Amino acid sequence: MIELQNLCKQFPQKDGKMFNAVDQVNLHVPKGKTCVLLGPSGCGKTTTLKMINRLIEPSSGKVFINGMDSSGVDRVTLRRQFGYVIQQVGLFPNMTIEENITIVPRMLGWDKKKCRERARSLMAMVALDADRFLKRYPHEMSGGQQQRIGVIRALAADAPVLLMDEPFGAVDPINREQIQDEFLLMQQQLGKTVLLVSHDIDEAIKLGDMVAVFRQGRIVQCASADEILARPADEFVASFVGQDRSLKRLLLVQAGQVAAMQKTQTATLSSTVAVAFAEMDDSELLHLTVVDANGLPLGFIKRRDAKSGKGTCKDYLQAIAVTSLEGDNLRVVLSRLYEHNLTWMPVVDGDGRYCGEVSQEYITGYLNADHSAS
Amino acid sequence: MHKRTLFTNTAIGAALLVGALIMVGYGFGPAVLRHYRGDLIYLGLRHGYLVAVSMGLALAVGLPCGVVLSRPSQRRSAEYWMRIFTIGNTVPPMAVLALAMVLVGIGDTPAIIALFLASLLPIVRNVYAGLTGLPPLLLDTADAMGMSARQRLWRVELPNALPVILSGVRIALAINVGTAPLAFLIGASSYGELIFPGIYLNNNVTLLLGAIATAFLALTLDQLVAGIGRLMSPSGIA
Repeated sequence: MIELQNLCKQFPQKDGKMFNAVDQVNLHVPKGKTCVLLGPSGCGKTTTLKMINRLIEPSSGKVFINGMDSSGVDRVTLRRQFGYVIQQVGLFPNMTIEENITIVPRMLGWDKKKCRERARSLMAMVALDADRFLKRYPHEMSGGQQQRIGVIRALAADAPVLLMDEPFGAVDPINREQIQDEFLLMQQQLGKTVLLVSHDIDEAIKLGDMVAVFRQGRIVQCASADEILARPADEFVASFVGQDRSLKRLLLVQAGQVAAMQKTQTATLSSTVAVAFAEMDDSELLHLTVVDANGLPLGFIKRRDAKSGKGTCKDYLQAIAVTSLEGDNLRVVLSRLYEHNLTWMPVVDGDGRYCGEVSQEYITGYLNADHSAS
Repeated sequence: MHKRTLFTNTAIGAALLVGALIMVGYGFGPAVLRHYRGDLIYLGLRHGYLVAVSMGLALAVGLPCGVVLSRPSQRRSAEYWMRIFTIGNTVPPMAVLALAMVLVGIGDTPAIIALFLASLLPIVRNVYAGLTGLPPLLLDTADAMGMSARQRLWRVELPNALPVILSGVRIALAINVGTAPLAFLIGASSYGELIFPGIYLNNNVTLLLGAIATAFLALTLDQLVAGIGRLMSPSGIA
């Protein structure tokens, strides 16, 4: 979808020498994927982004959009194919929220009714009250609300590509999490091709299908987030992603995914201990979760108890201290395991039904396994 | 909030003005006012005519000039052009009047030329300053949205620079109204026709009447422009 070929940008410095802000950047972002341009400040990631819609003209190199060379296209036409979001939001203070959102559609000549409907449906997407805000001005909104408007403004004309320059950098951490989640949800529905500039490794892990790490105008590594965390290309990437990069890899896996890989094995209160033991013995389990008729976990029985025991599971039931939700990532699960001094915990789905378990053993195994194929 | 304070300010200003006028009327006495009524109205209209025509011309020339000078392609030469406009402003209006009289003779025309030159600079200067002082971020965003240069100017730059532009217009207007009495010296009618004879003949009544009428006109027109500005400004710009 978007392809950068040997893209370069040189700026003259005060001493007359040329400075390579962007140096021979090659990048290919397939349709519907999110690519995070990651790096410290001054590494050329924003310059690269701005060269894509030619807010900055490249010194050399080419940008292809759907195979079409962008240098042959008129700038204004080119830019209308991109949605653009920046950190400082950049809402126009002289326009109402509605006018801000519909600015590109209006330039494209949509009729008034269509514009209004579009603004309303976009407001609904980010859970803002259209009746309350559409006629207001940007300065009447909070920073987080403004940033949401900035995002939906970029989506207004349904441009196939989104360019985002540290879009969530200026909002507080709680709001940022929320807006990121909203954005992920929107992205799942819309499937835009996204290039996102960030200096935040956690944001890259959360949002990026692929991550291009920049250093001094060059891409030093371009791979999936997991790959970058598991096998950083050099010292710089390793230090940029942080000493705790192994733990960060756990952010990429949800408890539900782990549970889905297991055979769901349970017992009921009325099962005899012998049956439960046979099941544990077959699958080499040390414990077995006991569920009720609806699949809700009630407790578990230990293999040691079951081995010598007689009667039903009810007699040996142990309480479950804590469970995790399908959507929790492994880092959250691990933290909770340590918190409660446990080695495993059951995973439940949205309705509270048991669907598997995550153990410390599994997490260790995951971090050591080779995931390059996936 | 802002609107309310502005409204209260205007109301207080108007009340003070009316109060001052009543005191002036009381001070002069009704007989004097009745005697000069015809003069005050006639000269007020003439004064207003000079101001209107010269301000109209200054706006017609100054607004486009300021816009053109603020374009990126002109930025480099803008300061040199601005100096030429500054000259129009630094030469004392008296001298400009004299020069204009030499060139086009006496009457309304040289007066209008002199007033035009005096009010041109504040307009150009503020249009230029208003447009070049906008946050670069705003312009970048407008570009990134795919606005053409013209769309950017009309939809983003001018509305956001409006407060600064308007303050320039108000300064120009105040200078204009205050300078217009000098036109008396080259044969154009204005409140100068009360002020100057008042000085020469040591007639404080006509002198004060002319001066107060000029001040009243200046304040009224200023409030008028401010009011128009408030109606025009988008409420998003506080």
